[in-house]
Amino acid sequence: MSAEILAAPSSGIAPVGHYAYDQVDRAFLHDRVEQFRDQVARRLSGTLSEDEFKPLRLMNGLYLQLHAYMLRVAIPYGILDSRQMRELANIARTYDRDYGHFTTRQNIQFNWIRLEDTPDILARLATVDMHAIQTSGNCIRNVTCDQFAGAAADELLDPRVHAEILRQWSTLHPEFSFLPRKFKIAISGSPNDRVAARFHDIGLVAKPGRHGTVFDVFVGGGMGRTPIVGVHLRDNLPEEDLLAYLEAMIRVYNEYGRRDNIYKARIKILVQALGAEGYREKVDAEFAAMDRARYRLPPETVAAIRARFGTPALDAPSDAAERLAGARRADAAFDRWVRTNTHSHRAAGYISAVISLKPDGGIPGDATSAQLDAIADLAERFSFGEIRISHMQNVVLGHVRQDELHALWQELGRAGLASANIGLIGDIIACPGLDYCSLANARSIPIAQKLSARFANPDLQERIGDLQIKISGCINACGHHHAGHIGILGVDKKGEEFFQLTLGGSAASDAAIGQILGPALPEDSTVDAIAHLVDAYLVHRTDGERFLDTYRRLGAALFKDAVYALA
Amino acid sequence: MPLLENGRIVEDFWTTIGGDELLPPTGPVIVPLDRLEDGLARPAGEKLGVALPPDAEIAVLRAALPRLALVGVTFPTFRDGRAFSQARALREHLDFAGDIRVTGRPLPDQYEFLLRCGVSTVQLPDGADPAVWARAHERFTTAYQPAVRDERAEGFGLRRFLA
Repeated sequence: MSAEILAAPSSGIAPVGHYAYDQVDRAFLHDRVEQFRDQVARRLSGTLSEDEFKPLRLMNGLYLQLHAYMLRVAIPYGILDSRQMRELANIARTYDRDYGHFTTRQNIQFNWIRLEDTPDILARLATVDMHAIQTSGNCIRNVTCDQFAGAAADELLDPRVHAEILRQWSTLHPEFSFLPRKFKIAISGSPNDRVAARFHDIGLVAKPGRHGTVFDVFVGGGMGRTPIVGVHLRDNLPEEDLLAYLEAMIRVYNEYGRRDNIYKARIKILVQALGAEGYREKVDAEFAAMDRARYRLPPETVAAIRARFGTPALDAPSDAAERLAGARRADAAFDRWVRTNTHSHRAAGYISAVISLKPDGGIPGDATSAQLDAIADLAERFSFGEIRISHMQNVVLGHVRQDELHALWQELGRAGLASANIGLIGDIIACPGLDYCSLANARSIPIAQKLSARFANPDLQERIGDLQIKISGCINACGHHHAGHIGILGVDKKGEEFFQLTLGGSAASDAAIGQILGPALPEDSTVDAIAHLVDAYLVHRTDGERFLDTYRRLGAALFKDAVYALA
Repeated sequence: MPLLENGRIVEDFWTTIGGDELLPPTGPVIVPLDRLEDGLARPAGEKLGVALPPDAEIAVLRAALPRLALVGVTFPTFRDGRAFSQARALREHLDFAGDIRVTGRPLPDQYEFLLRCGVSTVQLPDGADPAVWARAHERFTTAYQPAVRDERAEGFGLRRFLA
């Protein structure tokens, strides 16, 4: 390959909210697809055994699940453009059973994939600058981000440029692609934590410093069978040291993290074993010894990557807010949806809209190809073609004009996407569970559907208020049950599916791990138990108090009685 | 076992010594870390290498390094990536300029990573096809992050050109 294509990329209209690939990025993806095509051919011909093929397919996001292969496609920092969304719809139609599933790490999974189709699927993804690199394996996974980044009124700075820098830096990283275990980084630019920074291997909070961007760094948080809230490692890390410091942090982990026991291999276990001070000392020693100039992130590099991001031309009419207020007064159902499914925007006359993928009785995070296409169309019409996936398994249109919000809502209704339940009891997170996953002990989806149907009444949901239910089908905690206000964990009791309840968890700035309420229950009793918990809360709450706060104020005894005293 | 350098098979002049074998009086030898003293006791002109186990800190080689022409790092399985950090630290922290040789069970798909972390030679595992390794070396022409191998960091953003 000639050196000239390494020159600065040509200018053009960049997609809003994410990095625009150039020919070098595309050539790299092409090489990666051809590498995998070669590996699949070797597997199908028998040259590669399944044992040898497994690590190679996992590095391309291809899992062998209970019934079929599952392909996990990366959505870097949760941002897509409408062209990419339409290709995902195409793949769902052509190679899957006409739907996809958005995950808690802002990715999308296709559950019914044939091995021989995967090179073609990856090639089609590459035509829209997408891939499945590092969506699996013991490497640095997709970097996740605030779903309201670049739009939220409470944000200090848009963290997506740094998320992209971390995506590039971690892509086929020569030293960190065979770590003791998977490694997850989240980045936020708001003091209101919407990325669960304290539940990641590394959580970064970006903010403006006196001399440019700085980062607060958290390390060693996580869920799984040992849930731990991350340690606050340092404040005000200068931007130019960002990569050097991350290199030092992950090197210490690569060298000292446990490799003898898969359940003790995450960085959280190392940080606990060394203690926060012990780990910090090792990182500081590495940071002091390394060639810092080599790993320096200069402001010109940040600026060059920032220049590849499209920005929305925000220009709402001066009466946009007024017109929205009028539409809300005229239409109670719309007014309800605005109350629950929108988020304040930094620019006057704009608002962020959340499209719920949690219909009454539905499967959290699933979307049909027709819905994916509809979202792509609506993003183009209402939000500069930009689409965001949230770790709550919903979709966000970031920049909607307030005077156009009613029209958007009507279109969403036609596509079956206007559920007004964001942040409410119907906005359930669930992992795929035993319906798909070979690790699961229990099915997560049916219980999510039953709860969603039980609390479908929108008046009831709004009366209950902010209440997050999170469901995992096994101890690996992909449904983040530890961080649910109400967490549900599927367990296997002598071949039967039971569910353990935890209360009081939170992934937000008040991060906490939920506490087990009592003995596990069968599925139907679990649904009843949650209804009893909600009843007890409604009786005992003070004005405006969230379920979580009532639990924290009154303790577990009252809720324990509500569930178990009747039994 | 064939030895790979820059994607090509080269002749191996080194003899690897086991835990209780006698050291030959002359010729290049690679000793295990716990026999480093025996190796250092040989005449200064005799080429010496040492095989580092994955859990060793490279700092243990600091004093002996001027006498070492080779350091071996190893992959007990391809999943155990500690050798990447050991190789990188040998180049970056100790400025080691000699041969860094990989043994054990690496995958061909790891070859470029190894080179970028400062490895110079790979003792191919039994049954390895050198052509697959050579292909892996030529697969990618771009990388997205700094590494200790000297690469042309020209062009856009974090990119460097892989020769």
